[in-house]
Amino acid sequence: MTSATLTSGAALGSQRVSDDVRYYEDVIRLFVIAAVFWGVIGFTAGVFIALQLAFPALNLGLEWTSFGRLRPVHTSAVIFAFGGNVLFATSLYSVQRTCRQHLFGGEGLAKFIFWNYNIFIVLAALSYVLGFSQGKEYAEPEWILDLYLTVIWVLYAVVFIGTVMTRKESHIYVANWFFMAFILTVAILHLGNNVNLPVSLFGMKSYTWVTGVQSAMVQWWYGHNAVGFFLTAGFLGIMYYFVPKRAERPVYSYRLSIVHFWTLIFLYIWAGPHHLHYTALPDWAQTLGMTFSVMLWMPSWGGMINGIMTLSGAWDKLRTDPVLRFLVTSVAFYGMSTFEGPLMSVKPVNALSHYTDWTVGHVHSGALGWVAFVSFGAIYYLVPVLWKRAQLYSLRLVSYHFWTATIGIVLYITAMWVSGIMQGLMWRAYDNLGFLQYSFVETVAAMHPFYVIRALGGLLFVAGSLIMVYNLWRTARGDIRSETPYATAPHKTAVGAA
Amino acid sequence: MDLDSIAAMLRSFWTVWLMMLFTGILVYAMWPGNRGKFERAAQIPLKDDGQEF
Repeated sequence: MTSATLTSGAALGSQRVSDDVRYYEDVIRLFVIAAVFWGVIGFTAGVFIALQLAFPALNLGLEWTSFGRLRPVHTSAVIFAFGGNVLFATSLYSVQRTCRQHLFGGEGLAKFIFWNYNIFIVLAALSYVLGFSQGKEYAEPEWILDLYLTVIWVLYAVVFIGTVMTRKESHIYVANWFFMAFILTVAILHLGNNVNLPVSLFGMKSYTWVTGVQSAMVQWWYGHNAVGFFLTAGFLGIMYYFVPKRAERPVYSYRLSIVHFWTLIFLYIWAGPHHLHYTALPDWAQTLGMTFSVMLWMPSWGGMINGIMTLSGAWDKLRTDPVLRFLVTSVAFYGMSTFEGPLMSVKPVNALSHYTDWTVGHVHSGALGWVAFVSFGAIYYLVPVLWKRAQLYSLRLVSYHFWTATIGIVLYITAMWVSGIMQGLMWRAYDNLGFLQYSFVETVAAMHPFYVIRALGGLLFVAGSLIMVYNLWRTARGDIRSETPYATAPHKTAVGAA
Repeated sequence: MDLDSIAAMLRSFWTVWLMMLFTGILVYAMWPGNRGKFERAAQIPLKDDGQEF
């Protein structure tokens, strides 16, 4: 019964029945549609601002379309709109199945969360374009929107934790641990970093409660843990459910997953200060941040090994199932970017890398390679299940998407490595009289070709996502493309998982 | 020695307390008697999830 779940495709109305439990799926479909929609918007916004850096004329001379205002639109669209809707969809889908229980609070509450979260996204994006921002990276929405998001997030916590508490399965599956850590920590981070005093009751403008270096520390305690708990813990929850599900075998080591969870939770929260090396932040705090970042190597690689080794004994599926290839490659990118991150947190390395494009490249190897790829894998798994189709419209198109996006990522991160290291070296170069060898504008001019390559990489990534949209659209309609199947197409081979 | 100073003293050993807690978790995860329980837990996502009838 565990096999071929993707493709059995029996339709029984909008809800499925298992042990007298009706799982809510309408709302999951909404989250999936929103995730794909915002994904394309967010990736496209990224390409546009990448082109603005290469060709400044694209700022169009308008304040609303300037890089400074569009960048938070891009980051919020990909992290909170795309990533957020993916996390809502996958967490609320898998929590029902791993708990054998429908969502706590009913489907109406989940739909309320869906509409309000997405309204929040639209309002936040509009506010950036109109010039309202707290000026804190990844925490740009002003105080009134922060309050709105708080209400939505608390309701999400109630639905998720309520479902776990009313579960019919005695054990809480590890994916749910990761999702709960993500939900709770993001709540605390959001509240901690948005303690603001509004200037007026009906105005948008506010000022932070803490100031100076303390404010910077609070911001990067928030910022790094947004990466650690939103983009890592949450998406690890996806890995722990969807990789075993798609590979049709249990996770490599459940015991390792417990150790992975607790080490990640213990260590991540301390790593924030590495964003403030060589600043006014006390030296001991910088060293603390660096040390914990380096220690994070262990849980990160433990988790990566656990995800990849889940395929042990079934490596051939990488060749025949491009959906699984997305999932497993994402875990490989997770390993790569969590190797690079601690390296960059070491102070002497950071002295070269910080404020350069190397950081941007690092973020994108994690965001495109890990977060987006694991999301694509989960979405390709979910759409046939949710729309009750026997299979995807085309596995070949999934493969085209995979290679287009992978080449895009490689172009992106290699361009940023070269550009970033060059930039760092040019900034610190002295001539024999002790003067700086290059003016700042010379470093900017030197980066131009790499900015163009980066935009090209981004363009390929967008093209891949459009292939996905077409494939999912046809899947939802119930079409099946006539194409050469993979040698042992996974939807025809039922490998016993137990 | 009042409670505040005792609390402050204990806090200064926070790495030790967290390390002990973590060691406890490690022992729990690796305890041979828990093996079967965790192997069953790993099967949770693979059980019938109501998609086949």
